[in-house]
Amino acid sequence: MTTLTLDRVSRWFGNVVAVNDVTMSIGPGVTGLLGPNGAGKSTLLHLMGGFLAPSAGTVTLDGTTVWRNTEIYRHIGLVPEREAMYDFLTGHQLVLANAELHGLADPAAATRRALATVEMLEPADRAVSTYSKGMKQRVKMATALVHDPAVLLLDEPFNGMDPRQRLHLMELLTRMGREGRTVLFSSHILEEVEQIAGRIEVVVAGRHAASGDFHEIRRLMTDRPHLYVVKSSDDRLLAAALIAEGAGDGVRLDPVDHVLHVQTADFPRFARLIPSLARGHDIHLYEVTPADESLESVFAYLVAP
Amino acid sequence: MNATVLRLTARGLLGKRRAALMALLPVLLLALAIAIRLSTGVDQTIADDVLSGFAMVTMVPLLAVIAGTGVLGPEIDDGSVVYLLAKPIGRPAVVASKLAVAVATVTAFGALPTLVAGLILAGTAGGLAVGYALGALVAGAAYCALFLLLSVLTRNAVIVGLLYAVVWEAVVGGFVPGAQTLSILQWSLAVTRAVVGEPVTSAVSLPVGATLLVLLFAGATWFAGQRLRSLTLTSEE
Repeated sequence: MTTLTLDRVSRWFGNVVAVNDVTMSIGPGVTGLLGPNGAGKSTLLHLMGGFLAPSAGTVTLDGTTVWRNTEIYRHIGLVPEREAMYDFLTGHQLVLANAELHGLADPAAATRRALATVEMLEPADRAVSTYSKGMKQRVKMATALVHDPAVLLLDEPFNGMDPRQRLHLMELLTRMGREGRTVLFSSHILEEVEQIAGRIEVVVAGRHAASGDFHEIRRLMTDRPHLYVVKSSDDRLLAAALIAEGAGDGVRLDPVDHVLHVQTADFPRFARLIPSLARGHDIHLYEVTPADESLESVFAYLVAP
Repeated sequence: MNATVLRLTARGLLGKRRAALMALLPVLLLALAIAIRLSTGVDQTIADDVLSGFAMVTMVPLLAVIAGTGVLGPEIDDGSVVYLLAKPIGRPAVVASKLAVAVATVTAFGALPTLVAGLILAGTAGGLAVGYALGALVAGAAYCALFLLLSVLTRNAVIVGLLYAVVWEAVVGGFVPGAQTLSILQWSLAVTRAVVGEPVTSAVSLPVGATLLVLLFAGATWFAGQRLRSLTLTSEE
């Protein structure tokens, strides 16, 4: 049991469409589910984890329907985003309880193994309520791993972690992927996904925007038209020079803000030309700012038709 | 039922200060019983007033609101229920385990103290102690099933539960006799009346009361299991 398949899945809440006609297949290895906040990543993970019914379409694990099928949890481990656990238990008791709930033959051994995997054996006798954010995340991982699942679903696992904890979790997820597990984690931070995910699924505004190898998507993201805002001592002259030199695909004078909006598909060329053009025409450059480098606009470009 | 769910639920419900708070009501009942017995001796009428007015009308419904909504509701609210539900365990079995803890709690904190208070107030005379204890037991079970279902259906289960127990049963039932037919209190008093006889009154007969109690208990439990099978988790807002 290793491949999660979403077939034309939509989910709406009243009039709001959270997930719009998504078809994707998640197989063994580490996959990153990337998208800006509110894009529908959590909704997708809830659909895959059997905690949300699709309004249309099907979610299956190797052909078996996930929704209303508790047997599926023999193969799936969930690491929820929310912090709440049974805080009054110790880490060991919590993981042991999860092992028992799975009906494992030797819950004590499974608990030790899971705690060792996440390097939480030593603090396991302390109450969960005393744990740091990173320790809680690791003990959550242990509860999800205790039954040795083929599929691991993690909702924003790196949120609020310090760099050392982040690194540790990245190593752990990489290891899980190498072992042949299907590991899917959501994130809104490109760099996190870049470092560990072999494959990426990008969702923007509920739609499946891109899918595939990280480098293809990175190229899609950088080969888009870039927008710059330029302030100078003579915007009109600079605009003329930029057009004459072919340094920008579109140049627009903004008489209200006294700035120049420049659009270019070839931003290395633009970056090389603008200083020499300014010097050649005796124009002072006050400001050259990329206007749309936010992740949202990068994502928005990917979904543009 | 599942032993691990039972254990986790009992620890969650009775942990911290919750058990001490729930013990307040039965302690009050027993203190009242002792004070009455010492000052006026055995008096069937007063005993009936205390067991009906305090134990049945106030204590058992309040305990059941706390226990019935407390065994599952908080976990659904904070999302930790995912650790129970992302397991190969049937959801009806989860509901059954949760309900068992709630009923056991209300029995321990409600029905048993009612028995003891009845014995203090009236001895074994007229079956008052046993009758009210039995009434408290079946009322507690029915309330718990109802309030547990409410906690699966709504995040405001405590408020809805209190509205039902306090406003509908105690106030509306007092003014509008028809409302008493749809009252767990009245159905349970029919059970008590079957044991004690006069002066206990109930708006329904024993067969009607008992049937409705069984139907409510079974129906609410079944429906809670079905709703939990389709439980949707939302993200942190």
